[in-house]
Amino acid sequence: MNSQLVSIFLTFGSFAVLLFIIGIYCILAGYNLIRALIGVELLIKAVTLFLIVAGFASGHLELAQSLIITMIVIEVVMITIAVGIVVGIYRKTGSLDARNIRNLKG
Amino acid sequence: MGLDLFILVALICAGIWTVMARSILRSAIGLALTSAILTIIMFRLNSPLAAVFELSVCTGLISVLFVSVISLTQPQTPKEIIEHMKLRLSRFWFLPILVIILGVGIIIANAKLKVVSAQAHIEPDVRFILWHLRQFDLIGQVIILLTGVFGVVILFREAKKGE
Amino acid sequence: MCLALILIPFFSIIILNLPPREVNKRIAFGLVLILTLGQMFLVFFPGCNFWKMNSGVFGSMLKIDLLVDNLTLIMLFCIGLIVLVTLFTSRQFIGPIEKQRNFINLLLVVLIGMNGTVLARDIFSLYVFLEITAVASFILISFDKELLGLEGAFKYLLLSAIATILMLSSIALLLILTGSTGFSEVQAVLKTLNPNNPLLILAVGLFLAALFIKSGLIPFHGWLPDAYSSAPASVSVLLAGIVTKVAGVYALIRIMVSVLGFSPASQAVLLLIGAVSIVLGALLSLTQSDFKRMLAYSSISQVGYIILGLGSGTALGIVGAVFHIFNHCVFKSLLFINSAAIEKQTGIRDMDKLSGLAQKMPVTGLSSLLASLSAAGIPPLAGFWSKLIIIIALWSAGYYTYAVIGILAGILTLAYFLSLQRRVFFGKLTREFINVKEASFSLVFPMVLLSVIIIGVGVFTPVLLDKFILGLGNILGG
Repeated sequence: MNSQLVSIFLTFGSFAVLLFIIGIYCILAGYNLIRALIGVELLIKAVTLFLIVAGFASGHLELAQSLIITMIVIEVVMITIAVGIVVGIYRKTGSLDARNIRNLKG
Repeated sequence: MGLDLFILVALICAGIWTVMARSILRSAIGLALTSAILTIIMFRLNSPLAAVFELSVCTGLISVLFVSVISLTQPQTPKEIIEHMKLRLSRFWFLPILVIILGVGIIIANAKLKVVSAQAHIEPDVRFILWHLRQFDLIGQVIILLTGVFGVVILFREAKKGE
Repeated sequence: MCLALILIPFFSIIILNLPPREVNKRIAFGLVLILTLGQMFLVFFPGCNFWKMNSGVFGSMLKIDLLVDNLTLIMLFCIGLIVLVTLFTSRQFIGPIEKQRNFINLLLVVLIGMNGTVLARDIFSLYVFLEITAVASFILISFDKELLGLEGAFKYLLLSAIATILMLSSIALLLILTGSTGFSEVQAVLKTLNPNNPLLILAVGLFLAALFIKSGLIPFHGWLPDAYSSAPASVSVLLAGIVTKVAGVYALIRIMVSVLGFSPASQAVLLLIGAVSIVLGALLSLTQSDFKRMLAYSSISQVGYIILGLGSGTALGIVGAVFHIFNHCVFKSLLFINSAAIEKQTGIRDMDKLSGLAQKMPVTGLSSLLASLSAAGIPPLAGFWSKLIIIIALWSAGYYTYAVIGILAGILTLAYFLSLQRRVFFGKLTREFINVKEASFSLVFPMVLLSVIIIGVGVFTPVLLDKFILGLGNILGG
């Protein structure tokens, strides 16, 4: 790998890390369940960026693309189920505030 | 590289807007925007197929999903919005600072890290890889889509019946 | 040919959902029964053609390379056993026939997901099938759409999503380091790398953190007691018995042994997390009054033993770890079936309100006593031998402190299980429970089956040791 590829990887990689931190912040900063899911989505964006850059820099872009396609399919199913669960919680409690549903102690 | 940097900064800005937006609806739009900018980055990194998937599924489908769940549930009351504004500033004031420190740290460390190179070689096409080398993943995709259908049947449809 | 373990359940799902549905509803139970029994049966013939790649109908059509070794076979047996047991348990708890069909569909999806996880020989395929298992479990936990179940599922979903994202980041790092995602390819390149490469350390750390979350080890255990205790009774059996064992612990062992390899740092982390989980899990389960929450914390403690065995880094330690996975699957699902039976018959899960049930529910009482003693490591029951192997492995590898912690924590285990027995099964039978009856056949049968396994494996371990169990260690050498 030449130095240009390394610098591309590190630049894109550091932005992926920044996006990752923003996503974690999004999950932690509020009590809204949908906002938490949006945070998870941001994390997935970060990791997608990371994977594609890893593929680009290592010369395995095609492999990385095929991985990302599989990942996107899985991600959309997971988010659908999550949304289903959130709608279920909303129907039971009439609220999306995580503080109202903390019956479980962790 | 200059253009790429600009797009990356735009990506981060969209991400920050997603987190900081007042209403969840705007957050969802911010997410779609983030995803759209990511698509541009993918195009610039020579991965058109994955980019098309990202654009159609993430920017399109997931935004629709979020917007519909937001419309299914009540909008936030003004009180909740104000509380959210307060919380995000008071409880996690250190996080933005952490972001900056980490970013600077990574950029400084850039020079020191050494990535081991993998041999460059010509790779087969994405479609070939997916259909011939990663058939196991394809089976997995089919099964998870099936699971998604079961999940929707169980979580959404019966819930409506019960009302 | 062993791809059939994934494809046959898959086609079964399709057949079950095709018309004529009225007929299919009746055959669903029998179909799953045959599938799981067949899977368990085939494991006893590791030499037969079924386990060879690229043979048979599926082998010639699809070019999929799967991983079959002793660890895989043991896990496939456990998966078959616990899915079978869950199937029986579910007859009592999942009411209308429409719901039963949905449940069996999801049960088959979980079966496929776990089989795929165990058979995968590629990090990314491992992720794909882990995610199938996880998504199906989210739906199963919220199956009754009770608030608690939905909440437990959401917590599990959030933490599991974070875990998979950490895992994917690690996969990306391994991709850039090695240019591949196959187990053997990655391992071959990693051996040539400098172990102090910062990207490699980051990749190992991320992968371990992800799998610690998935196995619910302390301090990543936040979701586990909630998910276990809020799930419907038969789903708890499945979750505690096998799902988290495959999704977390098996994946951890496989990744450490077949991909990343042991390094002093990673061993230290494993030993530390294992010991903390054993001790804190046992202490926390002493303080619980809810039957299922207590079992959940005890599960954390027992998984700690498995991680401790893995952390020793020797072949003997891994043998002990895998043997303990098997024992844990058996006794923990038995205990969860006991709690399900008690909940079904009395409607109460709070242990302080129960007492004297051993007189009214003799099978439940006796089998739960057996499972508790096996978990606490009382000879000659099965749990004793696996713990003994783990502790011997730790001692001979020179980790004396951890071996002593393991022995001392055994006393804690005994303490909380005896407290459970005393509170629930012994003591005076109050008037409230005078009319309680023993649970019905579909709960008693799995209890008897699992009790027989506990006693049988325990008694015959000295005989089987050389032939079967120690043979497990050869996964380390390849």
